Amino acid sequence: MRITRIAAFAAVATLSLGLAACGKEGTPTPETPAGQSGAPAAQGDACTSSGTSFTPATGVDIAGSPTFAKIKTAGKVVIGVKFDQPNLGYKDASGKRCGFDIEIAQLIASKLGIDPAKIEYKEVASANRETAIKGGEVDYYVGTYSITDKRKADVSFAGPYFIAAQDLLVRKDDTSITGSDSLKGKKVCSATGSTPIQRVRDQKLTEDSNIVEFKTYSECVSQLIDKKVDAVTTDDAILKGYAAQNPSLLKVVGKPFTDPTTGKPYPEKYGIGLPHDDKALRDFVNAALEKAESDGTWQKIYDGTLGKSGSAGTAPALEKY
Amino acid sequence: MNEFLHVLTDNWDIIGSHFLTTIELFLIAAVGSLVLGTLLTAMRVSPVPALRGFGTSYVLLLRNCPLTLVFALLVFAVPKLDVSIDYFPGACIALIAYTSAFVCEALRSGINTVPVGQAEAARALGMNFTQVLSNVVLPQAFRTVVPPMISVFNAMLKNTTIAAGFSVAEAGAIQAYLSERSENQIYVLLWIAIGFLILVVPLVTLQRMLERRWRVAR
Repeated sequence: MRITRIAAFAAVATLSLGLAACGKEGTPTPETPAGQSGAPAAQGDACTSSGTSFTPATGVDIAGSPTFAKIKTAGKVVIGVKFDQPNLGYKDASGKRCGFDIEIAQLIASKLGIDPAKIEYKEVASANRETAIKGGEVDYYVGTYSITDKRKADVSFAGPYFIAAQDLLVRKDDTSITGSDSLKGKKVCSATGSTPIQRVRDQKLTEDSNIVEFKTYSECVSQLIDKKVDAVTTDDAILKGYAAQNPSLLKVVGKPFTDPTTGKPYPEKYGIGLPHDDKALRDFVNAALEKAESDGTWQKIYDGTLGKSGSAGTAPALEKY
Repeated sequence: MNEFLHVLTDNWDIIGSHFLTTIELFLIAAVGSLVLGTLLTAMRVSPVPALRGFGTSYVLLLRNCPLTLVFALLVFAVPKLDVSIDYFPGACIALIAYTSAFVCEALRSGINTVPVGQAEAARALGMNFTQVLSNVVLPQAFRTVVPPMISVFNAMLKNTTIAAGFSVAEAGAIQAYLSERSENQIYVLLWIAIGFLILVVPLVTLQRMLERRWRVAR
């Protein structure tokens, strides 16, 4: 008797859930193609590389680099990356990795004499990057890692290999947001505690109650598609990756945020994060980047990844130190 | 040591305001879950089978559902049904819904310590169900469940940190902010731990006080 009662409850619960799901399907959302409203990964998920091939260099030696000695002994390299940034650092449903940062990471690995197939990728969240590099969990880090003086106290940087600026991602049909000065009364989302969202807060571009923070940009983009937020803000490189993934729903405003005192945009110089005292490795990576920029490899990687968003990019000048 | 103290003083704007949100979240969720939990307990011991069934299934479902999942349902799934809940109220709802299941179970264990004869005697005096529950059974039940109830709220206080992952700027988000400011992560986490220790003190004091005042003479 008891069991039948439990079974009846289970049946009712299942039925009501099923009905709720039916109700959703009936909701008219014409601009949303089937399957797209779910996880942002659903559309354009499969990874495609830029087609650049990386042949491992032979007989490499970097005198005085403890990191390189470790890589050479292990026969593999551990690279810290992002996994949730389409066209930058991304891992698709089948486990394949692709994007601009990933290919830069592969380029460096090949120069170090490591076959890109032997790379061990480690997904490290933004907040843990310095810890991971300092603790030796990763040999180097490539993942929208902005070069700042404060970070230089903990790690060192090769590059920059890309310069981004803060921009806005909005729904395609939204014409009310044209730049950072039209955010009043709009909900703005970014990663918890990140510089872009602190800038929005400090410059009072929108009300404090309209600031939304999630752990990942993917969660922000999901909230944007569901109309719970009106804009996602961070580096344009990251935003263009999402726009290219969902071109029918999203667009990048294309007007970089500017410093209210100087009127200039905030450049985010992406560097390769390296252990702090390994100058030999830093010089080596800088040389590898310089070569890639001059022989067209950089351009080829860019065009095959971020360039698919339709905006051109040029290699920035390195800042060696 | 100096550096350790500076992590707190230099970032008091972040640490203070975030802990304040934690306290707000905790107080709202504590009151809410106490009320809902008591209602659920009343349902579970009520003479109406449908209410009993609802109470039982609610507790079964929410007590066995990870809190992160409850949050994710409210923040990511509910908007798909074209219902919009803001993030702070959403966090309160998630915490209340989850914690009330535990409050209900703690309170029900207290009801089981009240001898059946008491309820029967009350009914013999002509009291109805609500009167029996609110005047005879629940007051005695509450006395016996002070320690487990405080444990439930203590756990809930720590559970508030999950809200940080769902756009509520509370103590759980401090680490992300201060890492962007490149502060020493060990010191930051130590300060967060100290903050929670301080928040637990009033709870423990409350428990001592209630236990002393409500001691049951046997």
